[in-house]
Amino acid sequence: MTRRRPGFLTGLWLNPAGRAGCVLVGLVVVGGLLAAVGATPYNAQLQNPLTTLKGPSLGHPFGTDQFGRDLLSLVLEGLWVSLKIAFLAVAIAGVAGTLAGIIAGYLGRWTSALIMRVTDMLFAIPAILLALAIVTALGPGALDSALAIGVGYVPIFVRVVRGPVLSLRTAGYVQAGRVLGFSSTRLLFRHILPNVAGTVAVQASLALAWSVLAEASLSFLGLGPPPPTASLGEMVSQSSSLASQAWWTLAAPSVAIVVAVIGFNFLGDGLRDVFDPRSRTALAA
Amino acid sequence: MLASVARRLLSMLVTLLGVSVIIFLVLRLLPGNAVTAQMGVSAGLLSHAQRVALDHYYGVGEPFFRQYVSWLGSMLTGNLGVSLSSRTSVASLVGAALPVTLELAIASMVIGELIGVLFGVFGSLRPRGVVDNAGQGVAVVGLGVPSFVIGTGLVTFLASSFHYFPSSRAFAGLFFNPWLNLQQIFFPALTLGLGVGAAIMRTTRAAMLEVVSTGFARTARGKGLSKFVVTWKHLFLGALVPVVTMSGIQLGYLLGGTVVVEQIFVLPGLGRLLVNSISNRDFPVVQSVTLVFAAGFIVVNMLTDMLYTLIDPRTRAR
Repeated sequence: MTRRRPGFLTGLWLNPAGRAGCVLVGLVVVGGLLAAVGATPYNAQLQNPLTTLKGPSLGHPFGTDQFGRDLLSLVLEGLWVSLKIAFLAVAIAGVAGTLAGIIAGYLGRWTSALIMRVTDMLFAIPAILLALAIVTALGPGALDSALAIGVGYVPIFVRVVRGPVLSLRTAGYVQAGRVLGFSSTRLLFRHILPNVAGTVAVQASLALAWSVLAEASLSFLGLGPPPPTASLGEMVSQSSSLASQAWWTLAAPSVAIVVAVIGFNFLGDGLRDVFDPRSRTALAA
Repeated sequence: MLASVARRLLSMLVTLLGVSVIIFLVLRLLPGNAVTAQMGVSAGLLSHAQRVALDHYYGVGEPFFRQYVSWLGSMLTGNLGVSLSSRTSVASLVGAALPVTLELAIASMVIGELIGVLFGVFGSLRPRGVVDNAGQGVAVVGLGVPSFVIGTGLVTFLASSFHYFPSSRAFAGLFFNPWLNLQQIFFPALTLGLGVGAAIMRTTRAAMLEVVSTGFARTARGKGLSKFVVTWKHLFLGALVPVVTMSGIQLGYLLGGTVVVEQIFVLPGLGRLLVNSISNRDFPVVQSVTLVFAAGFIVVNMLTDMLYTLIDPRTRAR
């Protein structure tokens, strides 16, 4: 009996970046879920004139804002909104980009040339500007933000998927499948797609980091979901007039953004090491 | 060489054309049109004749393709249209804002390269040493902390601890009041430069570590060259290609990053113009500014590609 390779999750946990990523992302996701089920310490929107701009204390670990709202609860709510938008954006970008990349890699010739040209063009617009333009057109709702952020990341998925598919197309087992008379659809989805899943997962994790950042930037610029929806970027922008007397109004939302961004980045690095051990040198040296 | 430059220029133009189509289509998704954007709800009070006259004036209701061609035609002749909110020509608005953003981008890039290359090179010479660890620390901050958090923090810190806030004074042109201008540009450039520097540092470090152990590096050391010459002329030059690639990518991101940072530091650049036009739904301006940014991004990418041939003889077309 052959010994099994260590499982995928074990591999991720044994990798320092992967472990840090798991912990930080876990923290962020649990925090977001707490807000989703309404288990925040206070009602985030509850204003209390007696507790305006109080520093961190046992009752309010992150302090309170200018309306006396509990910042921890607000941050958790904002985190949940951020995560929802980011996951949706990455789902949009991942599905669209992977499909386009597989098709471009597998079909070749005209289809490929066309897809790659459009990808180049989308790539030529800085993603955050594309998001700004789309938000201008669609409006500031959560779904609109997700679409706006997602579109900018499509070209990256197309590029990272197309490369491996190009070489897998001529791989022995794919050729064999073709000889056996498998349909293109079956070859693509049963035989080629699982082999690019790792690449896609790495990219998705990095895309999540970017999306959290992009969402926060949009709402910082006042183009995110409108109040009373809590939003981390908007909290940072609000804090600019308060932070000189109340540093925690800046620190609270910033910590949440930073933990999420660094967490997804680490997770992406860890996944890359697990899926592609050759890339490990860059980090471990 | 000349042929490859010409081919690149041509493909750049095609890309730019495609980008203009994308931007045009995206902004046409807008519910409403130039008329409703201009008049708001009162557009509903217009008589039919007034409505038709205004539609005609703004070119609303023409087929998309017609609108696009006429927009493109006027763009090519240098007429970027008229801003809906300020009633001045978009070309003059862009012309006034462009130098500010360019200066910011260049200053940020200089700071980013300094941070990235110095920490990257000296860090890689002694991995896990003091410089390397400091560099890694800066990298975590630069990559993980968004520029608007760094910017807001910096503004607050300077203003509350030193009562120093050069951005509160009217923006001074580089040639008009260079000293005030440099003070106003330095902090936003530092904000953006940290993120850029972090990415460049990681690439530099990884590329240097690969080169350090190669044969030619050992030969260079073996023949008794000074440490300085080995480090910069042999190692760094050998590691330069990925560093240039990363710098190109970062310069592209930087163009997007200026939008947020100009907002924080009240710099009258393209990014601020863009955000203000978005809130005013002034889409002739949004359209042009986005296109200018995309053009900048494309030119940067092309220059990066061309730099390879200068740096690495192996990439020259045979």
